[in-house]
Amino acid sequence: MIRAESITKSYGTVRAVDSVSFNISMGNITGLLGPNGAGKTTTLRMLTGYLKPDSGTITVGGYNIEENPIEVKKLLGYLPESAPLYGDMLVYDYLNFVADMRGIEERKRIDEMGELCGIREVMHMNINELSKGYRQRVGLAQSMLHDPEILVLDEPTSGLDPNQIIEIRNIIREIGKKKTIILSTHILSEVEATCDRIIIISRGSIAADDRTENIQLSGKSGHIISILVGEAGFGELSGEIGKLPGVISVSESPGGALTGAMVTCGAHIDVRPEIFRLVSGKNWVLYEMKQEQKSLEKIFRDLTIGGGNA
Amino acid sequence: MRNSQSPAFSIARRELKAYFTGPIAYIVITIFLIITGVLFFNNFFLFNQAEMRNLFQLLPFMFTFAAPAVTMRLFSEERYSGSFEILMTFPVSTLQVVIGKFIAAMVFLMVMITPTLVYLFTILLVGRPDMGPIIGGYAGAILLGGASASVGLLTSAASKNQIVALMTGFALNFFLWLLGKIVIYLPDRLAFLQYLSTDFHFRNISRGVIDLRDIIYFLSIIALSILVTVKIIDERR
Repeated sequence: MIRAESITKSYGTVRAVDSVSFNISMGNITGLLGPNGAGKTTTLRMLTGYLKPDSGTITVGGYNIEENPIEVKKLLGYLPESAPLYGDMLVYDYLNFVADMRGIEERKRIDEMGELCGIREVMHMNINELSKGYRQRVGLAQSMLHDPEILVLDEPTSGLDPNQIIEIRNIIREIGKKKTIILSTHILSEVEATCDRIIIISRGSIAADDRTENIQLSGKSGHIISILVGEAGFGELSGEIGKLPGVISVSESPGGALTGAMVTCGAHIDVRPEIFRLVSGKNWVLYEMKQEQKSLEKIFRDLTIGGGNA
Repeated sequence: MRNSQSPAFSIARRELKAYFTGPIAYIVITIFLIITGVLFFNNFFLFNQAEMRNLFQLLPFMFTFAAPAVTMRLFSEERYSGSFEILMTFPVSTLQVVIGKFIAAMVFLMVMITPTLVYLFTILLVGRPDMGPIIGGYAGAILLGGASASVGLLTSAASKNQIVALMTGFALNFFLWLLGKIVIYLPDRLAFLQYLSTDFHFRNISRGVIDLRDIIYFLSIIALSILVTVKIIDERR
């Protein structure tokens, strides 16, 4: 659906995006994740045809973006960062203008989008008077008015309060069932919550590109299993668990009246069955056992700080 | 896309609405009418002539400033606020966008000079003016307005800052106007420079002689400015 081949863009001497390539297929929510200034916005602007790459090619839906910009733009819906709308217009007038520009004749599309994005009650308000959450939703309605196959959203939830973030995410997930969505964010929990696939971008190049669950599971240090056991002291527990094959280390963790432990084990061995048998064999009580996923937070930092990929 | 209207007209309509919902339109029109009114009636009764030459002598100079004041926001504001990003990702060509904004500026300038028709009616009440120069004057005003506006559009596309757009637009227009005025101080072989001047061609038309050369001059300025504007926008990508 979308294919970017070694696209590069510089501003003066700064390389904002440095030969980035990726492929995005139909019907996925892809998250472009990276620290501020990593080149996310520049990448999205090139995908939408607003910026022209210095080198490299972009094809969207089979059309080369430089040769057929109009066709590509018909396929795309785009919401730039912080929803820059015309502040002096009424919401309805604005959407009406967008409909004109997109060549949409049925005005009932505006009502449908108003319904979906929850902006029916502000249709006759001035865009300048809207709260940030409503502005964002009007921006979203704008980007979806022509029912595009691909939706490009630049930081769709930035600056919103937690309730608004959840609402916007729900809308995005709802649309993501049928459409291809690319969104950028620097908030990690956001991609964990919404995206099927993550492209981590750092200093203009791709640092990781995989399905969300694979990225969550990746990591060199192996798994961490946290357990909470009753009727056993930590010394006793760690001594026994430490003997299990595959266990690298055991450390104490707060457990209140119970005994808590964090077990670090090799990446390719699952020691959970052994731990269970051990605990039940000793007649201890297992209250809790959980395999911790290495948080994106950690992976993100590993990949974007001092990764030497500049 | 055989829709009810072309994108250029949608853009023009939106821009015109924006002009008249904000204060800028009323400020520009008021200042324009006050200055032309004062200068027009200043010695109107002194000469006691039923003619509008006074007004038309003034227009080229007035437009050097008024036109960029009208056009300064057309691109600068959008680029500053970021709404330009949405506009340019609509399925429209850069040329359509530029033409849409140009039409808006043209219509605005015509609205701006329309109240001066009151002077015409006043004159018609008290005398029998020669209609040739008046018709030529208004036709010339439209052409001149178009040329000044297209230059203003160009400078608006070149800067994110409206004030910079206004001042450079004014400087360019003023230069085109000045060429016709300074020729008398220049040696004869530089006299051809006056053919590049807006004032020179406007004076011809407003004498009531509609010459193809003058029309072509203004249309070339408009076409050239619009093409350069498109180029500036495309190069900035």
